[in-house]
Amino acid sequence: MFILASQLTIGAADLGAAFLFLYGLKRMSSPATAASGIRVAGVGMVAAVLASFLYVFSVDAAARPHLMINIGLAVAALGLGGAGAWFAGRKVAMTAMPQMVAIYNGMGGGAAGAIAAVELFGARTHGVTQLVVTLLGALIGAVSLSGSLIAWAKLDGIIKQPWRVKGQQAINAAVIVATVVVGGVIVAAGLGGERLLLAAPTWIWIFFACALVFGVLMTLPIGGADMPVVISVYNAFTGLAVGLEGFVLQNPALMIAGMVVGAAGLLLTMLMAKAMNRSIANVLFTNFGTPVKSKPGAIQGTERPVEASDAGIAMRYAASVIIVPGYGLAAAHAQQKLYEFVKLLQAAKVSVKFAIHPVAGRMPGQMDVLLAEAGVPYDMIFQLDDINAEFADTDVALIIGANDVVNPAARTDKSSPIYGMPILNADKARQVYVVKRGQGKGYSGIVNALFYDPNCEMVYGDAQAVLVKMIEAVRSLGLAVAA
Amino acid sequence: MDFSIVMTGFVALYVFMLAAFAGWVIIGNVPAILHTPLMSGSNFVHGIVVVGGLFALLNASTPLEQGIGFFAVLLGAGNAAGGYAVTDRMLAMFKVSGAENTHKSHSHGHARRRAHKKS
Repeated sequence: MFILASQLTIGAADLGAAFLFLYGLKRMSSPATAASGIRVAGVGMVAAVLASFLYVFSVDAAARPHLMINIGLAVAALGLGGAGAWFAGRKVAMTAMPQMVAIYNGMGGGAAGAIAAVELFGARTHGVTQLVVTLLGALIGAVSLSGSLIAWAKLDGIIKQPWRVKGQQAINAAVIVATVVVGGVIVAAGLGGERLLLAAPTWIWIFFACALVFGVLMTLPIGGADMPVVISVYNAFTGLAVGLEGFVLQNPALMIAGMVVGAAGLLLTMLMAKAMNRSIANVLFTNFGTPVKSKPGAIQGTERPVEASDAGIAMRYAASVIIVPGYGLAAAHAQQKLYEFVKLLQAAKVSVKFAIHPVAGRMPGQMDVLLAEAGVPYDMIFQLDDINAEFADTDVALIIGANDVVNPAARTDKSSPIYGMPILNADKARQVYVVKRGQGKGYSGIVNALFYDPNCEMVYGDAQAVLVKMIEAVRSLGLAVAA
Repeated sequence: MDFSIVMTGFVALYVFMLAAFAGWVIIGNVPAILHTPLMSGSNFVHGIVVVGGLFALLNASTPLEQGIGFFAVLLGAGNAAGGYAVTDRMLAMFKVSGAENTHKSHSHGHARRRAHKKS
């Protein structure tokens, strides 16, 4: 009787959760309803987690003697993992959002891999299909875990340089082939029940080790600029792994939630890759950002520096300004100062808009979030396609911490690695100011032809310090007028 | 009567196909400005893996299984709780800017304070 009621309750809670997830994600598709969307999905999650404790009424006979310990472990794990991640997520700075998303995503992949490990070590899978699906989910989950950890370390600045060696692709290929072969051995052992050189648990350990190593190797060579794609890919991976393990556990809520996220992640990944005019495979498997030897004399002219205060005053007397933010804005935590400056300009009747490139920053939409944090209304923020035509009719383009996404070489120079990538046409504005930490190239190592244009001037310095000077300059002007 | 769910090959594939299609269509409509919250929101959704972790842990019968099951629940709970916390924070900021649009300068200070309290 208890078993029947508990199964019914779990089934209903999971069904409800799956519905609330879909409905919540649907609400997240508009800024007006988005905030309620995550709460709707949250209700589903709490219901599903609480209901899953009813599994105690129908555990395996072998687990019954351990039930009290297992319940204790479950409560402890929920409390520790949940509370730790909750407080970290509440406290983290908005600029650190990409690495937080990477780490939470890796945790999901790790959880899926661990579930697969329990099923494998306990030899609970029935038949070839289940065994293969378990292994596939384990592989994808483990790659997502170790890959996301490397992505986190890169985004957090712990790993500073992409790590590249000769023959890297061959090494990666060897590791993934080894993983698949070990997986094949596990399946064969499961089928025939015979030992192949080593005992089955040993093979399982080797399988997970190979998968984790592959995730590390795959992520290490990828440069910072490609992080939006990498984060989307691992998001899709974790979703897929969760969906596959859902099939193994015969839990449709996991299958639906996992697959929805997998499809969403794939879609985002494709959008990001398209915004860079590259295929997903190209981002993941080629070493982009290897410093390119620029042809001497290919670009004429010099970079011309200008004082921050002069640039600020020039913008104060312009009719229209478009601001192009990039990762440098996030790195300098300058979003609040930027909006302060923008409000001064607006008070002086200057029309100000923000232009966001799809891959600006380190994750899709990172710039939108930073500007939202600073309080910028979202009707001032425009995406590439909506604003690109306006640059030609704009007085000043102010570029803060962005580089490759405004490099006109993408339009003209066929030898450039970024040739063909859609860029923001900031160079078409009457005057361009570039706020940059110092001379030199972006991390992709590509010379930016824009910096040498006759209508471009460079404001060197940390974005925050530069904006403070601009604000002071415009303020002092305002006072002089009033007096 | 038995309410346990048994899904074999093709039924599972149908579920996967429909779910993937639903995800594609729902996410396809999201404006670029919401891509980060969307990503962390979908990140939260796959935190449902914690339910699978709980199932595995409650059914564990050896110390090894208990250890790995504990790990699964720990990570899954972190995924769900962390994903919710950051998504909620980000979306609260977007809501604020929406309110600001309707009553321009007036509500700004108020809105900022609320955003701060949230975080």
